[in-house]
Amino acid sequence: MIRIRKDWSLLLAGGTLSLLAPLTASASTSVDSGVTAWMLTSTVLVLLMIPGLAMFYGGLSRTKNVIGTMLHSFAALAIVGVLWVAVGYALAFGKGVLGGFIGWDSGLLFLQSIDEKVLESSVPEYVFAMFQGKFAIIAPALMAGAVAERIRFRGYCVLIALWSLLVYSPICHWVWATDGFLFKMGAIDFAGGTVVHISSGISGLVAALFLGPRVGYPKTAMHPSHLVMTLIGVGLLWVGWFGFNAGSGISSNLLTAQAFTATQAAAATGALTWICIEHFHLKKITSLGLASGILSGLVAITPAAGVVPPFGSMVLGAAASCVCYLALIMKSKLGYDDSLDAFGIHGVAGILGALGLTFFLRPSAVTALSSAAAAKGEPWSMLQQFGIQSAGVGITIAYSAIVTLILVVLVEKFVGLKLSDAEQKAGMDHSLHGEHGYGFLNLN
Amino acid sequence: MKLVIAVIRPEKLDDVREALVAAEITRITVTRATGHGQYLGEDLYRGQIHVPDLYPKVRLEIACNDEFVEIIIDAILRGARQNGGKVGDGKILVVPLEQCIRIRTGERGGSAI
Repeated sequence: MIRIRKDWSLLLAGGTLSLLAPLTASASTSVDSGVTAWMLTSTVLVLLMIPGLAMFYGGLSRTKNVIGTMLHSFAALAIVGVLWVAVGYALAFGKGVLGGFIGWDSGLLFLQSIDEKVLESSVPEYVFAMFQGKFAIIAPALMAGAVAERIRFRGYCVLIALWSLLVYSPICHWVWATDGFLFKMGAIDFAGGTVVHISSGISGLVAALFLGPRVGYPKTAMHPSHLVMTLIGVGLLWVGWFGFNAGSGISSNLLTAQAFTATQAAAATGALTWICIEHFHLKKITSLGLASGILSGLVAITPAAGVVPPFGSMVLGAAASCVCYLALIMKSKLGYDDSLDAFGIHGVAGILGALGLTFFLRPSAVTALSSAAAAKGEPWSMLQQFGIQSAGVGITIAYSAIVTLILVVLVEKFVGLKLSDAEQKAGMDHSLHGEHGYGFLNLN
Repeated sequence: MKLVIAVIRPEKLDDVREALVAAEITRITVTRATGHGQYLGEDLYRGQIHVPDLYPKVRLEIACNDEFVEIIIDAILRGARQNGGKVGDGKILVVPLEQCIRIRTGERGGSAI
């Protein structure tokens, strides 16, 4: 994907079609301070999404679980933050081994070999590694929303460590490393629709089905403890998403502006669509509905940001809200407990965006794709691209579902994953952490 | 008529409510409270164990007709004890209730409960 992105930026700049990947690093390339500054900014913006997610999820959980739920996001910062530097980057962006199943480059352990490397996109490889690292951190944190309020913290930590190495890194390698098989197939995933959102959404669903519902679900009402915090959280996510999407071109040029605009348009359309649906369906507009619409739009545009013009991104944003709204209705009908709708929003909107982008590609993207296909001696058609996108989505779903199922079974057996009924009733904050959130409500 | 007031551990609220619902007692008022009995509990902040002056508790109020008092007390005892009874499980107070008026209809007395 990075290679194709580079191709587009060259095409747009009037350059020739280059088949060299920007990851082909050389020590002689000089650093472009403009691009590097934007990539550093993007990296920090994506980092901001993690406390944003903690607030979003924390506000949606019940009073007795707010600390435990927010810790799920922050724990990912600590655990994946260490793993990514140690081995995660080598597994995702090293040369393909085991038949391309995963990357490996022992020089990339602890990022040793990139100490003085500058990528062809004129960005120090450290910046790229840190930018990608933030994606690796947020993916398992998103998944936590599906199993919130009933998972043991120790088991969760072991689960996301294994998940990051065995689910995230391989999928990231397939889709984003220049020698990944989905990348070579031409699957478009601009900023992580499959790698981040589908993988975490599906894995969350599998883990939620494995753990079973929370005590009392669905009979007992489980109200959000702090919607104000949820709204601030979704606001931070929206802000951070500009780093997520507009940074994913590893550039600071026309492509960045295109991705930036598509992100804004899709998020706003998603929010507007959701409150319109609520207005007609419930006769009331809710803040959580607006927040869900923002997220649906943002998730749907993630795989598509650099390749879809504003109108297409608005169609994707609107469609995402409709489909996610239906998915949440289906959830209550089917009765499974995806506590904070990690699958209902991230999984569903991610799938919609990754498939739907095929029909709204901007002309220059079509040109780039068809000449890339022609270079391989193949014809290109929209239907064929849809087939490639479906393959990418299908493989991500199947792989993350199967491996996550194995992981949750093993972690439950050897570490313990599900909270007992008594601990759930007491709440995670009390039974796991010995703290309580919202202490300010008590005179103390 | 009686007013049953119970001060319990916050983490036992779900258990107490389940026990009350099982005993078909569904009319209840719940408030957050802060207080102190004989209990010396511990909170953990930055690795330091703190013994707070006042503990978060939950206060339940249930107005009932006399014949329900024992049912309610039994249900609360069932739900609120930790491991068969620990210091800090709370208290149940029963006080006489002079009058009860349903605001919607203005009816008074036992039928208004």
